[in-house]
Order: sequence, then structure tokens, then C-alpha cells
Amino acid sequence: ALAEGTNLAGVQHIVLVLSGKGGVGKSTLSTELALALRSAGKRVGILDVDLCGPSIPRMLRVQDSSVHQCDSGWVPVSVGQDRAIALMSIGFLLERPDDAVVWRGPKKNALIKQFVTDVAWGDLDFLIVDTPPGTSDEHISAVEALRPHRLLGAVLVTTPQ
Amino acid sequence: LAAHLSLSLAECPGTGSAQAGRAAACQGCPNQGLCAAGAAGPDPAEAAELRARLRAVRHTVLVLSGKGGVGKSTFSALLAHGLAADETKQVALLDIDICGPSIPKMMGLEGEQVHQSGSGWSPVYVEENLGVMSVGFLLSSPDDAVIWRGPKKNGLIKQFLRDVDWGEVDYLIVDTPPGTSDEHLSIVQYLSATHIDGAVIVTTPQEVSLQDVRKEINFCRKVKLPIIGVVENMSGFVCPKCKNESQIFPPTTGGAEKMCQNLSVSLLGKVPLDPQIGNSCDRGQSFLAEAPESPATLSYRNIIQRIQEYCEQQHLQEEKIM
Repeated sequence: ALAEGTNLAGVQHIVLVLSGKGGVGKSTLSTELALALRSAGKRVGILDVDLCGPSIPRMLRVQDSSVHQCDSGWVPVSVGQDRAIALMSIGFLLERPDDAVVWRGPKKNALIKQFVTDVAWGDLDFLIVDTPPGTSDEHISAVEALRPHRLLGAVLVTTPQ
Repeated sequence: LAAHLSLSLAECPGTGSAQAGRAAACQGCPNQGLCAAGAAGPDPAEAAELRARLRAVRHTVLVLSGKGGVGKSTFSALLAHGLAADETKQVALLDIDICGPSIPKMMGLEGEQVHQSGSGWSPVYVEENLGVMSVGFLLSSPDDAVIWRGPKKNGLIKQFLRDVDWGEVDYLIVDTPPGTSDEHLSIVQYLSATHIDGAVIVTTPQEVSLQDVRKEINFCRKVKLPIIGVVENMSGFVCPKCKNESQIFPPTTGGAEKMCQNLSVSLLGKVPLDPQIGNSCDRGQSFLAEAPESPATLSYRNIIQRIQEYCEQQHLQEEKIM
């Protein structure tokens, strides 16, 4: 009832991939998790909220794609072999791939909220949310924006050291 | 109809700047109203305070990446140890990674607390000539999460610069978190009160790292921060048993070398993977001291020397101008 009428109304489960530490394989795991779920016949989306270092587009070979709009908002980019995984990342919104997104917290928070409310995800079994390292603006905003929806939980990634 | 989205991706001028709320980049930012109504510019009293505190710092080096987990903190710690090997030099290591402070553990200072004196906060000393400051020293437990939004992080970074009694310092090394956000904008803004010699940018050979590092290089150019050069970590692994070399993180797009050529920045050196590095870091020991014969130690030492030479040359050039 909370999620009805929103762009996340058709999403069954939302999984956050977190770490705290950088470079441990969050984006790699998010990508592999999405591909594995897709192989298992699930409808999958990935939301990449790493605004400073978006890695998912390259990992799925769609770094040159762009985002279009429809009546319900932004259309996620279709990726994967059968174009059946939906992806949204700031990587698609940069004029040049090497452009630095040098934003302070408030501006990052605004875009993350938009990614949650304005992307037309459609019907998905799983939405995987890849995050940057840390416990700051992106994480607080993503959880706040996603909480009214079916937030399943978090997978935490680390290395042994 | 397909509409191409374009975002105003110009950077935030800074909530304390004269342009706060008024720059083109402020359009659409939820903070715009607050900024436009607020500060007319950086507080001159604050700027004067920072200048006074940092007057006795001769060289400042920022260690940046863009990408996480490439070895910034490891490099910062070893740079500090390397420079402090000269007992006549006073070295300061400032860790501004507020969410994930690695420096206390790497320097063997976990559990240490910050003491206050009349002249400010005391850094925690590893050696007589090597002082360290990190949010890690302010936590009651090492597992406490610091879940702060940008403005609060900025406030602590300012305090680190304003309230820590560093004394006379030959080298101030600043370790940063990954990214190009509040911490990075703030440190550059606050350190404009003193002189930053430049940034050392750390990467690993893979394209997924390089794509973030290119952004960091662009960030440095945007904020007019000189780039001393790039360090490529985890560059090859030599098996201690069979001596064969493997590329654990293959440079599929030419590695740091190609990137540096393309972007006209200096490649300071490549450091191979050595499991002893992580081991020493976990135990708070200097890898350079524990494994003096490792090819990684040789690489690190060469890189540290090049950084020293760069800083000394800057100094000479400035003296000439004056």
C-alpha cells in the first residue's frame, strides 16, 4: 500500500550491496548477482548510486548508452545478453566519461532521491542497489528513499584483511 | 519520444564561498535557498585562523584516488614512514577519511586517544618526528560507524586543520577517502590558506580503477591542484616460490602508464603486489622496515624520493621568484 502508484510499486525485493570499505568488489558482486538472478529467470534491475565512481555501466559494456524519458519518468538502460536487466547509473548522464562529478552532499542526495522515485523500473523481482564505499550521504539518502518500499536487506562485501 | 537527458554537472562552488547559491551550478540544488540567503563568503576570521595554524607547514601532499581500495592509506602511511626516516624532518599524517579511517590501524595506533592542551589537540606520535591525526582516535570503539552527512564531515576536517597543534612540519601528508566530494572539496578549500605542493594519485592497473582515476585527475585540474604524479599499485605479482610473474589485475587498457601518457601526467612508479604489505598494515607495522628487500619496498622508496625531489624543487622555484 505504501509503494502503490510509485515507480517502485512493481518491484518485489530491493537488495542493497554495501561495504564501508572501497575496492572489495561491491560493483562486481552487484553485477554478478544481477546476472545470476537473470539466469535463474528473475526480472532484475540495478540501481548504481555511486555518483563519484560509477562502475556498473562499464562492467555491463553499456558505458556509451544514454537515458531516455517516458511518461512515468526516466527509462532505465536495458543491459545483458537479452537486454533484460534494467540499469540506472549517473554514468549515463555524463557528457564525457571522464567528467568528475564534484558534488557536495545535498546535490548527491537530490539525485539519489530522483533515481529512486523517477526511474520507471516497471515489474521487477529484484532491484539491486550498488553503493559507494562509506557510511555517508549516499547511504543515508538511499535507505531513506527506499524504506517505504520492499527493502529486503543488505549484502555486505569484504576482503579478508 | 526519446529525450536526451542533460544534467547540470558543474561543481558546487562551496557552501562557504561568495558564489554560494548564486552560481550556475546551484540551479536545482536543494540547498540553493539556504546558501543564497546565508554566508556572503568565506569567513575571513576563519581563513586567518587556518593560515596561522598552517604557517609552519613547509610541504603539503594530498593522496587521492577516486577509486576505493587501491592503496591510498597504505601509500600515505608508507610515505609518512619513508619521509620520517630522516630524523631531521618533522612529518604529519592527517587522515580525513571520516567514514573509513584506516590510518590508526596501519600506524599501530589503534586505541590511542587525542589529548587536548592549551595550544590545541595533540597529534598522536608514532615516532618523535611523525605525528598522526584521524577521526579513528575520536571514536569510543573502533567499530563505531560515523554516519555523517557532508556538512558535519566538513566541520571535523576544518577542526583537524584549525585545532590540531602540529607545530613545525616539513611534510603534511593528507590521506583522503575515495571519490570527489565533500571531503575533497573542503580540504582543497581549507588548505588554500597554505600552499599545497600537489596531489599523488593512486590507482591499480585495471580499467575499472582507471576510469575513476581519470575523473580524479579532472577534479585536480578543475580545482587547480597540481598533480605530482600517479602511483600504480598491485602492478603484477611475483610468486615467492616459483618466481613467475602474474598480472592479478591485468592492465586491459594499458594500465596507469597509458593513462598517464594520454593525460600528460607523471607516472611516479609501479608497485607490485606483495602479501606482506597487507600483513604489515594489519599489524600496524611499516612494510618498508619489515621487508626491506621486497621489490615493492624498492618501488615505494623510489616513488617517495621522486615526491621529495618534486617538493624540494617547488620550494627552490618559489625562493627564486621571491
